[in-house]
Amino acid sequence: MTTTKQKSKLFGPKERRLLIDPLNDNNPITVQILGICSALAVTSLVYKAVVMAVAVMFVIALSNLITALVRNYIPSQVRMIAQLVIIATLVTIVELTLKANNYAIYKELSVFIGLIITNCIVMGRLEAFAMSNSPWRSFLDGIGNSLGYGIILVIVGIVRELFGRGTLFAGSPIQLNIIGKSNESVQYLIDTSHGWMSWYTNNGLLALPVSSLFIIGIIVWIQRSYNRKLVDVS
Amino acid sequence: MELVNIFVKSAFIENMVLAYFLGMCSFLAVSKSVKTALGLGMAVIFVLGITVPINWLINHYLLSENGLFHMDLTFLRFIIFIAVIASMVQLVEMVVEKVSPALYNALGIFLPLITVNCAILGGSLFMISREYNLPESVAYGLGGGFGWFLAIVAFAAIREKIKYSNIPAPLRGLGIAFILTGLMGLAFMSLAGIDFTAFLASK
Repeated sequence: MTTTKQKSKLFGPKERRLLIDPLNDNNPITVQILGICSALAVTSLVYKAVVMAVAVMFVIALSNLITALVRNYIPSQVRMIAQLVIIATLVTIVELTLKANNYAIYKELSVFIGLIITNCIVMGRLEAFAMSNSPWRSFLDGIGNSLGYGIILVIVGIVRELFGRGTLFAGSPIQLNIIGKSNESVQYLIDTSHGWMSWYTNNGLLALPVSSLFIIGIIVWIQRSYNRKLVDVS
Repeated sequence: MELVNIFVKSAFIENMVLAYFLGMCSFLAVSKSVKTALGLGMAVIFVLGITVPINWLINHYLLSENGLFHMDLTFLRFIIFIAVIASMVQLVEMVVEKVSPALYNALGIFLPLITVNCAILGGSLFMISREYNLPESVAYGLGGGFGWFLAIVAFAAIREKIKYSNIPAPLRGLGIAFILTGLMGLAFMSLAGIDFTAFLASK
């Protein structure tokens, strides 16, 4: 009686772990080393990073769910092609939806939306989790992993945009101009043309994709100094 | 001569990993020892060298307007390219499993993940956007794969040495790997813009 009740529980402690683990202990980028290419490319603006994270969440959650539903019918020899067809279909849905609803973002992100197909988080979670777990748990795993991915993307985006351009959320409805030299068209919250911040100039290095490698390296450093069990002993 | 130029350019100047940051996931995860890096690097050379010309043939004879079906099917490009890549990787996986089970176990999940190595799909897409012909796309595929191979072997060698350095414990492993890749990327940025065309023509 108790076992059936536990089995039918939709959101028990195990399911909660599936959502929370990828945020820190099993983060896709800093621990599993998946999905780094896109983390380097789309993080120059926070807004782009957020849209990318939402698109990836849609693709991972649904592809995990669909794969878990049909996993017993896929022969293991052709499993990758079957998974890729599922992923490519979902990515096409995302691409066409964005194109129809918000053409400006679509133009900004078009290449990287296509490259979600080759984003290793999606394929990695399908291989490692959805092929051997129930649909509901796979769906939660997809949501959790895309949240972990999104958090890192947004942190890197904030650092790169704030110190590289002096703005936050540029391009979105809630654009903020934080630091920079004020002129008629743009009002900055911290004016660097005079006053206590006058020493600051925007760091051009942070506009280059290389800089996100250094930022992710430092995030890994900070995360592991607080989370000692992740430290590489070898 | 033009082919040599494309090979050198794709291997060094426009290096897949260090200039375009494609294929980063497996680059960071499978570079702990030179031996596994060699194995994965060779698999990437093989897959890239085969898929780029095959995708050129498919794009030219099936998908383009002058192709077999006499209509523009280029919207199918993504799915067809990824299917070709997936079947090639499955082939490599079977061969490696038969020939070297030890290497197969060491590569683990990253062997099937060559399919979603952005460098492979990126290679095919760059081949399209740069309008290479068939011999050029062979040179480009092999050169890109060779550049990836060189980068991962060099990086694995650095990581084997750095194991003996006194790095703060939380930075060890992945953290320092990110920073090292960033430094290698900065170094490779200085190669941008070099062109061998004039040099090769003078020979």
